[in-house]
Amino acid sequence: MMPTLSEIKKSFLVSLWFMFLTFPIMVIRVNTTEKLVLWRWENMAYMGIGSFLLSFVWRYMLWRKETGKKDSESGTLQLPSFFERILSDRRYIVPATAAGIALVAIFPFVMDTYQTNIMITALMYIVLGLGLNIVVGLAGLLDLGYVAFYAVGAYTYGLLNHHFGLGFWTVLPIGAVMGAFFGILLGFPVLRLRGDYLAIVTLGFGEIIRLILENWNEFSFGPSGIAQIARPSLFGIQLSLSSSIIYLYFVMIGMVLFTIFVVNRLQNSRIGRAWIALREDEVACQAMGIDKTRTKLTAFALGATWAGMVGVIFAAKTTFINPASFTFLESAMILAIVVLGGMGSIVGVSIAALILILLPEYLRAFSEFRMLIFGAIMVIMMVFRPQGIVANVRRSYKFQPDKHS
Amino acid sequence: MEYFFELFLGGLTRGSIYALIALGYTMVYGIIELINFAHGEIYMIGAFTALIVASVLTVMGLNEFAILVLASIAAAVYSAAYGYTVEKIAYKPLRHAPRLSPLISAIGMSIFLQNYVLLAQTSDFLPFPSLIPDFEFWEPYSHLLRSTQLVILVTTTVIMVLLTLLIKYTKIGKAMRATAQDRSMAMLVGVNVNQVISMTFVIGSCLAAVGGVLIASHIGQINFFIGFIAGIKAFTAAVLGGVGSIPGAVLGSLILGLTESFATGYVSSDYEDVFAFALLVLILIFRPAGLLGRSTMQKV
Amino acid sequence: MKKKVVNKQFITVIVAGLLVLTFTGVGSAADTIKMGVGGAHSGDLASYGLPIVKAVKLVAEDVNAKGGILGKQVEVIAEDDVCKPEVATNTATKLVSQGVTVVVGHVCSGATKAAMDIYKDAKVVAMSGSATNPDLTQSGKYPNFFRTIASDDAQAKLEVDFALDVLKLKKIAVLHDKGDYGKGLAEFAKTFIEKSGKAQVVLFEGITPGAVDYSSVVNKVKKAGAEAIIFGGYHPEASKIVSEMRKSKMKIAFISDDGVKDETFIKVAGKYAEGVYATGPKDTSTNPLDKAVKEAYKKAYGEDVGVFSINGYAAAQALLNAIQKAGSTDYDAIVKALRTEQVDTPLGKIKFDDRGDAIGVGFSVYQVKDGKYVELKN
Repeated sequence: MMPTLSEIKKSFLVSLWFMFLTFPIMVIRVNTTEKLVLWRWENMAYMGIGSFLLSFVWRYMLWRKETGKKDSESGTLQLPSFFERILSDRRYIVPATAAGIALVAIFPFVMDTYQTNIMITALMYIVLGLGLNIVVGLAGLLDLGYVAFYAVGAYTYGLLNHHFGLGFWTVLPIGAVMGAFFGILLGFPVLRLRGDYLAIVTLGFGEIIRLILENWNEFSFGPSGIAQIARPSLFGIQLSLSSSIIYLYFVMIGMVLFTIFVVNRLQNSRIGRAWIALREDEVACQAMGIDKTRTKLTAFALGATWAGMVGVIFAAKTTFINPASFTFLESAMILAIVVLGGMGSIVGVSIAALILILLPEYLRAFSEFRMLIFGAIMVIMMVFRPQGIVANVRRSYKFQPDKHS
Repeated sequence: MEYFFELFLGGLTRGSIYALIALGYTMVYGIIELINFAHGEIYMIGAFTALIVASVLTVMGLNEFAILVLASIAAAVYSAAYGYTVEKIAYKPLRHAPRLSPLISAIGMSIFLQNYVLLAQTSDFLPFPSLIPDFEFWEPYSHLLRSTQLVILVTTTVIMVLLTLLIKYTKIGKAMRATAQDRSMAMLVGVNVNQVISMTFVIGSCLAAVGGVLIASHIGQINFFIGFIAGIKAFTAAVLGGVGSIPGAVLGSLILGLTESFATGYVSSDYEDVFAFALLVLILIFRPAGLLGRSTMQKV
Repeated sequence: MKKKVVNKQFITVIVAGLLVLTFTGVGSAADTIKMGVGGAHSGDLASYGLPIVKAVKLVAEDVNAKGGILGKQVEVIAEDDVCKPEVATNTATKLVSQGVTVVVGHVCSGATKAAMDIYKDAKVVAMSGSATNPDLTQSGKYPNFFRTIASDDAQAKLEVDFALDVLKLKKIAVLHDKGDYGKGLAEFAKTFIEKSGKAQVVLFEGITPGAVDYSSVVNKVKKAGAEAIIFGGYHPEASKIVSEMRKSKMKIAFISDDGVKDETFIKVAGKYAEGVYATGPKDTSTNPLDKAVKEAYKKAYGEDVGVFSINGYAAAQALLNAIQKAGSTDYDAIVKALRTEQVDTPLGKIKFDDRGDAIGVGFSVYQVKDGKYVELKN
């Protein structure tokens, strides 16, 4: 596609517009006490050139997306993404899985503790993403307060360990039950709500949990949090720091595999089908004889269970928790993982979690621009690939009509 | 009794502040059913623009009234421009995408704009000049209501009336209502839907800018994060009143502001936000579409 | 029985892996002494963390120019924790796996608590110039923690003593911002007032940070009949409350902490800041070392020192001095040297007590007069 004259004119106008738009914020810097004004004209030049070039890229990408869409409408298949191509080809799957398993097994021994540590964080987010995926991706209930259940799990372990000295493995199932319990607690009042109303109420619920933890000192130790929570022990042996990190890594790997197994089974079970039906059309779903109340509540409860368990692991990993770790941004992050990964797709959610958690860690060199890039990626992904990294493929039988008829 | 009035007026001010931002949320939601998470950031950018322009003009030595007028105009123009651009980049390409996609895009936009201002300006709090002059107007009772509070209350009322007139009686208002009711039908009868959506963003952003200038001069300081907190509260208010309904947004904001004020005054500000959100949950249990929201039956 | 065998094998594998790690670690640590700096280097609290890194780098350059310590050069490794506990554990493991001997940091108390366990296991000494939470030294849970700043309870005690003995007040409202720093401080202030029996706490409440309007809480203070507010928290909320009070013609005293004793507070609150009391680290500007450091800092970076730069500078000096005096990078030797050897810093001559608090650093009360914080001598 050669840039024609009209294309150049368009980009020129775009760059003029952006120079105007970013003028006060980017160019002028005021020092209000000393009444000094700093003019940074060079920023305007960068902005002009940058937006001129980017507008070409933007239009080219939009054009590609549009033609892609038209192709798929007229019968030819839309180009699957790189990951989807790998996944659908049997020739790659076996060696890829083998290499994957080998890599996962030796990872903590060849990399240093820091790498292992951030990998644990990424694995935790995979489980969180898969848990929220049950609520948002499968059942279609937009939950902006998912972090509340995560906090419930973390505080369950923190408090039980602090007061009664209960160990990690004892509390893990308790955390899961507490998560489920709070899931149902939230589920009841919001049964009648739909879509965005549900979103704001769940957001409020998350805030309420955090505020209670912050204000109720006698119960939760308030904002100063709980310190020195025990790390998980191995058959009663307390491990040193680096070996306990490696141990936690393998615990997390087990947890991820377990989650993937359960979610995968759930998806194809009776209740999983009911969730998908509920997401697609509530009224029709009820007409089919599905108990709406029970289906919604199980979605909330099962989603929250995973958050509760990961919360326990989180407390064991950082050994210190306070309410500041459970803000709305955390919920937004987990939601971003689910949506970027492709709602309902297990592989997609896992890849998205790895990208979103590991990328900022490796982007430390650009630490100032980290969040800026993060925000931009969210927008760009949604604009150009709203179905996520790996689109969830529905089981379907297709009737292929003869093309020549 | 005086204490009650103080709390009442404080709550009213707070509510009016929420209302100025909530109106933008509710207008956008009414038209394209999108929670515009970046709306709080538009308000923040409005306040920043006003601060920058006002400082430059002060250095140039203009008089106070001229500064107030010019800074407010600049804030409105730039907020509108940002609102327009955000819509074109982050929402327009997503008109036919699944419902969650524009929401994620909006959250991304909100994070982007916050960090854009953080990097281009500063992370510190900046003092905001009190553009609204302090004047004594109600002598023996002036401790009950200050001039900035009065200006906020009056401006919100005027804007609310103007907005209602605009939507009821002008051509663009009619087009907006038509688009809100049924987008494809509006398109069939000759409404330029894209233009209407753009106009909605422009008007909503202008209101946010007015809010930005008023609130910043009321509390006297701004930083890049003010939009996020105010945005969440305003959005809660909009939902409380029934998102999509303009009188609903104002009513919801006032109720939220008064609840917070009385909760602080008579119970404890420790749980101020808990009261606000608990009220929201309660109201939504009994009226799932908000106070003045239309509870539409789902068509099969 | 069977279980135990598996168990042993697992441990052997882990130990083997560990040995490999340790050897690589030792190999790279031989030529320099590595000093980590942990704290918020990005995000909204970066203005606290970055000046400390700059100050520590100054110390290292200074020492290296004089030939280093124990014949080795000092290398500064800065890592960002954004003041979040969950990130701080990653930061700490990263520093440990890079083989640091000592750490200056972290900046925020919560993040410090999360990081300390990792340093404890790795036998790394950490010294903060800004983490003021009392638990860090008083609980005895963090034997490897030291600091060059006094703890919050000392600060709260000073605020209360000032309000009761100097200003002679009887009714005090205690407010806080619900954060770990502000609320902790407010709770200490409340306990001290109640214990003294000379005054009463008429109101104890947390405000919501970032709210658009504080008139309700100010009205409540007025109704409670308080003669002063003691506020625990940072300057943005403090300046909003003070402005709100002064605008509605309340003239009662406002006493706060070192989170408010910041030039930004005066800049933002403007004329309303006049008369506000705040406690902060003792004024050391008469110390010639302090002057020299401030000049060197300005020369090197073209800006004035940050709030905690001097404390960070002193921490780096104390740590390097301890290594020098101990004659090795051995953990026990360093800790012993910190407790016994005095070191000359911009904060004065300091050494550390058994709990890890610096002896000889403290707070004093400041008041805003003509747009500047002035130390009150009494």
